[in-house]
Amino acid sequence: MNAPLPTNLNKADTLVLYGESFASRLLLGTSRYPSPQVLENAVQASNPGMITVSLRRQGTSTTEAHSGFWDLLKKMAVPVLPNTAGCHSPQEAITTAQMAREVFETDWLKLELIGDDYTLQPDVLRLVQTAETLIKDGFKVLPYCTEDLILCQRLVDVGCQAVMPWAAPIGTGQGPLNPYAMKLLRDRLKVPLLVDAGLGLPSHACTVMEWGFDGVLLNTAVALADDPIVMAKAFAMAVDAGRAAYLSGAMKPQESAQASTPLVGTPFWHQS
Amino acid sequence: MRVIVNQVTYDLPNQSVVSDALAIINAKPPYAVAVNLNFVPKSKHANFALNENDQIEVIAPVTGG
Repeated sequence: MNAPLPTNLNKADTLVLYGESFASRLLLGTSRYPSPQVLENAVQASNPGMITVSLRRQGTSTTEAHSGFWDLLKKMAVPVLPNTAGCHSPQEAITTAQMAREVFETDWLKLELIGDDYTLQPDVLRLVQTAETLIKDGFKVLPYCTEDLILCQRLVDVGCQAVMPWAAPIGTGQGPLNPYAMKLLRDRLKVPLLVDAGLGLPSHACTVMEWGFDGVLLNTAVALADDPIVMAKAFAMAVDAGRAAYLSGAMKPQESAQASTPLVGTPFWHQS
Repeated sequence: MRVIVNQVTYDLPNQSVVSDALAIINAKPPYAVAVNLNFVPKSKHANFALNENDQIEVIAPVTGG
């Protein structure tokens, strides 16, 4: 029996954030699925490293509709990543984070600080200071941000051990709108980078993983698919494929054709 | 004493605490509480005194992206 071929993929290649390893480079949101059963099956099909969760006022129609969600979370037994979705000020985000830490019993936090309701663009001018405050309070902050290099660098400067730039606005499914800036970001920053928001297709996820991003976080692209369970699996496979391609070292594009099949010994060929 | 819990106004006796506000809305765990935009940990619910016009938020887990 032949020995396995030596390959980069033989090495342990797990996603590591804040010193903690995760089973997958896919992080999956839990919103907008047709039913809790479909959500559970999508999670089982894709085996995400973390699933995102949130908080809303008790007694409202939202929380009444989610009355079984807590039990489902315990049943799925996947690490949870609480978010601060809907927060528009640093104080709102900080208080929501503290409440999430108590409810979900975790220091992990997807920090969302919304600056514009129409685009859901993060408030980049106040994001860094908010992240710094939360890190000093013991949170493992994964900030949702734009692909701006200096913003991401400043987030790293204040202690973020990973950052999560968007590919496109939340829920649009447009895929990476600014490949130049995203590839530059990957080239310049050495911390883990996870693409959060804006991915619509498995090929989008595969592409950013091929660029060297360390993982992706997505929700709507799976939840709103005609078959979310199969789409969840497709995204998981795309993330793995993109990562494998990145580690494998892609060929350099060539300007002109180069025959794949050897020319020497070609039958019926006569040198002119 | 008038307080607002999850945007609904309630009358509570003077010297009420966070636990009294939780009882009046029949809050069901798991939940977390903030008063006037400041987090109040579970360990302080029984002793955290409320004041007139306090705004109390009681939140519960939901799905998220």
